[in-house]
Amino acid sequence: MTIKVTKKGKNLTVFLGGRLDTSTAPELEKTLQQQLNGITNLIFDLAELEYISSAGLRILLAAHKTMLTQGSMKVIHVNEVVMEVFDITGFVEILTIE
Amino acid sequence: MNHELRIIASTEHLSQVTDFIEQHLDQVNCPPKIRMQVLMAVEEIYVNIAHYAYGSGQGDAILRTVLTSDPDAITITFADNGKPYNPLQQKDPDLTLPASRRPIGGLGIFLTKKFMDQLSYSYQDGQNIFTMTKRLETHETSTS
Repeated sequence: MTIKVTKKGKNLTVFLGGRLDTSTAPELEKTLQQQLNGITNLIFDLAELEYISSAGLRILLAAHKTMLTQGSMKVIHVNEVVMEVFDITGFVEILTIE
Repeated sequence: MNHELRIIASTEHLSQVTDFIEQHLDQVNCPPKIRMQVLMAVEEIYVNIAHYAYGSGQGDAILRTVLTSDPDAITITFADNGKPYNPLQQKDPDLTLPASRRPIGGLGIFLTKKFMDQLSYSYQDGQNIFTMTKRLETHETSTS
């Protein structure tokens, strides 16, 4: 999978492409652990994310919980396939999706 | 094409499992959305076996696939010799909880149940046998 990170002051954008699954989720988890400190505005850009499994959902939920205490998190450019997963799991109610 | 894959149940081998299923899905005209749903369910069940079936030990997972037509469907069977475990008995997560109280995890089996059309589990001759079927055509959305 592709993880591209852009940091501007306290704003962090994480661009994800490819497959976020059991094999790749630990890489994203590690990136977030390294980058989230001091961030108040986190954006996940899922424009090129083709696939997400529960391992990926777990990371997004953990990031969301972290951001509840230090700022806000937004998910953008969600495709239809990924949106259905967010829908079924109730993530549409939890995450801010644009 | 081989319709059976025997592989050490470990998350390191997930991509081999995914490739095996994709080879079969390539044989039929399957919309991307359904393709992802099948692959997701396969990942959840395989990873569950890898994480839990053999405790701290190691063992195999066996996958078998059958493609049927009219309507086009794929049936995937998972077998392992690990401890008896019926994933269908796992309680569904509470989707109404606010984020701060949502447990991190427990969504894999739930998604599998939602995405597959038929699921069954049995324990026979020391084997967990989990079977799931998915129609590969876009559903004619009837009432529901």
